Amino acid sequence: MKNMTSSSLSRRSFIKTSALAGGGMLIGFNLFQACKPEVAPPVDISKLNFNDFNAFIKIADNGMVTIFSPNPEIGQGVKTSMPMLIAEELDVSWDNVIVAQGALDTKNFTRQVAGGSQSLRQGWEPLRQTGATARQMLINAAAAKWQIDPSECTTDNGVILNGKGEKLGYGEVVKTAATLEIPENISLKDPKDFKIIGKDIPNVDIDNIITGKSLYGMDYKEDKMLYASVLRPPAFGQKLDTCDDSETKVIRGVHSVVKFGDKIAVLAKDTWTAMKGKKALKANWSSASELESTTAIESALTKLLNGNKFETLRADGNVKKAFAEADKVIERVYESPFLPHNCMEPMNFFADVTAEKVRLVGPIQTPAGTARRVAKLLERDPEEISVEMTRMGGGFGRRLYGDFALEAAEISKVAQKPIKVVYSREDDMSAGIYRPAIKYKISASIKDGKITGYHLKEASVNSNMYGLIPNFFPAGAIENYQVDVAKYQSKITTGAWRAPYTNFLSFAEQSFFDELAEILEVDRIKLRLDLLEKVKGTTDERIQYSPERLENVIKVAVDKSGWGSAKEGVYQGFSAYYCHNTHVAEVAEVVLENESPVVKKVICVVDCGVVVNPLGAKNQIEGGVIDGVGHAMYGDFAFKDGKSIDKNFNTYRLIRANEAPIVETHFIDSDIAPTGLGEPTLPPAGAAVANAIKAAKGIRLYKQPFVKNMETKTPLG
Amino acid sequence: MPIYNLKVNGQSHSVEADQDTPLLWVLRDHLDLVGTKFGCGVGQCGACTIHLDGSATRSCLLQVSMVDDMEITTIEGLSKDGKHPVQEAWKEIDVPQCGYCQAGQIMSAVAFLQQNSDPNTSEIRDAMSGNICRCASYNRIEKAVELAATKIN
Repeated sequence: MKNMTSSSLSRRSFIKTSALAGGGMLIGFNLFQACKPEVAPPVDISKLNFNDFNAFIKIADNGMVTIFSPNPEIGQGVKTSMPMLIAEELDVSWDNVIVAQGALDTKNFTRQVAGGSQSLRQGWEPLRQTGATARQMLINAAAAKWQIDPSECTTDNGVILNGKGEKLGYGEVVKTAATLEIPENISLKDPKDFKIIGKDIPNVDIDNIITGKSLYGMDYKEDKMLYASVLRPPAFGQKLDTCDDSETKVIRGVHSVVKFGDKIAVLAKDTWTAMKGKKALKANWSSASELESTTAIESALTKLLNGNKFETLRADGNVKKAFAEADKVIERVYESPFLPHNCMEPMNFFADVTAEKVRLVGPIQTPAGTARRVAKLLERDPEEISVEMTRMGGGFGRRLYGDFALEAAEISKVAQKPIKVVYSREDDMSAGIYRPAIKYKISASIKDGKITGYHLKEASVNSNMYGLIPNFFPAGAIENYQVDVAKYQSKITTGAWRAPYTNFLSFAEQSFFDELAEILEVDRIKLRLDLLEKVKGTTDERIQYSPERLENVIKVAVDKSGWGSAKEGVYQGFSAYYCHNTHVAEVAEVVLENESPVVKKVICVVDCGVVVNPLGAKNQIEGGVIDGVGHAMYGDFAFKDGKSIDKNFNTYRLIRANEAPIVETHFIDSDIAPTGLGEPTLPPAGAAVANAIKAAKGIRLYKQPFVKNMETKTPLG
Repeated sequence: MPIYNLKVNGQSHSVEADQDTPLLWVLRDHLDLVGTKFGCGVGQCGACTIHLDGSATRSCLLQVSMVDDMEITTIEGLSKDGKHPVQEAWKEIDVPQCGYCQAGQIMSAVAFLQQNSDPNTSEIRDAMSGNICRCASYNRIEKAVELAATKIN
């Protein structure tokens, strides 16, 4: 086996081992950070301490391996794919691996966040190193027994072999291995020798899911727990004046009514009674300022776009000069609505606040941050707070925010009872942390048939694009390039929504280039490839996307989709985008049924480096594309007088089975470290569909959702 | 408070609840059968789908007083060991992402295949359109129903 050199990470500071009292070996490790010098893993498996280690591997006497997976599972499949990395380097058969949720987390989880499609990317090296180190310790134990040099040993699926035909199972040497020093400088496998990485491995929770086992926060219950239904200000910007709870308190099963801040919680013995109790509350609300509506916010965003109060995030060359010297300037405005996350599992959280400690249990993408916020809110020592994660019925960014966990903690503190806050769908949709409404104005200057300048202006609600986004394509490809942002401050809460900012920016940009190609009368693929050509060999370190990788996915998508030769009645639209470290190209195919565009198929080409688990990866890609198509087509969400107009699925439209396109996925073969998949296939989907609708109906779309804005005419010149 | 006799997954239960309590919450909070999920409460998402005398029904809209003595089947009672052909198909295709809606999807698929054991693609897509999957695992749901049909036949 050819070995690759490992990085210089010191394994010794990340890993500690112990011999288990019941037999077997326990390896405790911390991803991305060193273990404290004084801590040791427990000798009793029931006492796993996730305060000191954020993950464990147990190797039993019979050779069975149990991996306590460290990351929260929101449906991206990391509970399966991260243990695959350990098992690969440990060199055990996947059939002998059991994956258990690393249940009790708390303080020391560094990257215990599911968001930004980063889990696999960041775990790629450390998880493999951990597996490889454990394997080396087992080899060292066998070599000691055989009295030979460890280099004379190899492993095969949980068995150590020496040159003389002798074998020892991992289980036979764990007792010794646990007492050995932790080796340094471990080599990792050459990707061509992978046996587990790259194979289709089913979701490790599949049996529990298809039989309806208790897994989610919504399912969590404890003895003496009360259910809490919370009445919140119905409009953003309102405060509670008075509340009459007399009709609530007479309902059988209602335990108590708890006021906290501007909210009122009804506590009851079951969920339904709590919800009924909430409906019976009679509250009066007031507001100090005018309540906001989407129409006013849209006007404010337009005013910002047309104004001159911007923060410049990137400026190359001289855009002003390029525009002044242009033969022609093309300017387009793109508009998106607010969007709710609508996780299928409504927000919920359990809290038990006592004098001794604060126990929190539920679906959360950010347990460590939430524990800190709860400690601050309740003025408690952070050491007294524990957060246990359940499986999550979707996240999409909503569960990065622990507002519901804070509510639970506050209610439990006042009520002095273990309680679980349960949102109704109406609560979930009307007390959200929404994708902000955004408008983009994109302008390009044309001189002698060439794009000489590109100016993107963003007007968004509450916050603007961040980080490296201004350095994504077409940064580096156009000499005079500028990104300016401005924001409107609203009382409507906004936050991350699957692929923040790029989820809409990609639509704007990839629609713009498509239209630009039409105006310049050049091939729309060639226009993109020519721009990428200019980025090759760039010395600008801010540019994160690879022009070669983006070019490659574009070319493969052209090939796989039969671009330009679709059969009659099928209209194709193209889009390519880089975000979350992953390069993606998509071709949407639209047909007309009764003159209405129907998205039949999306061909999706993805370069995400090594594909760890193709079965799970394709699921993410299919979901991301259909989610992108669905929200671009139907996602229509607005506020009137501070309240969301839609509150449930009877009026709010999500894409359904009969509307979902078939997604055809192609991966680029790669040895490069894996990158995220939870987000990057969503952003290109909207533009691919819009460009296909342009081909089908001649209508250029500038505003989402498409079904509502199909009549939009080309604005400006 | 009135007492209702419920027959759930072949077992009799006597439940004390207000007459307007939806069956969903009786199953989840009173009987600890949490496989049936709460998604919207207005019969729009299908997460709470159960079988009532063999027909797929939204349990969030069904008052407990209306189901006295009827045969109720939930995901927990669909098979003894998770080996109903539809569950097997769901496993083979590896359908779930977050998994929250999948019990409801499976219950809808089972009832649909009892009505139409040899459906075409468009019939499957229409039949399954009452169940929302926010992760959009729709391609796999479609494939799994197709596969389940071949297993049943």
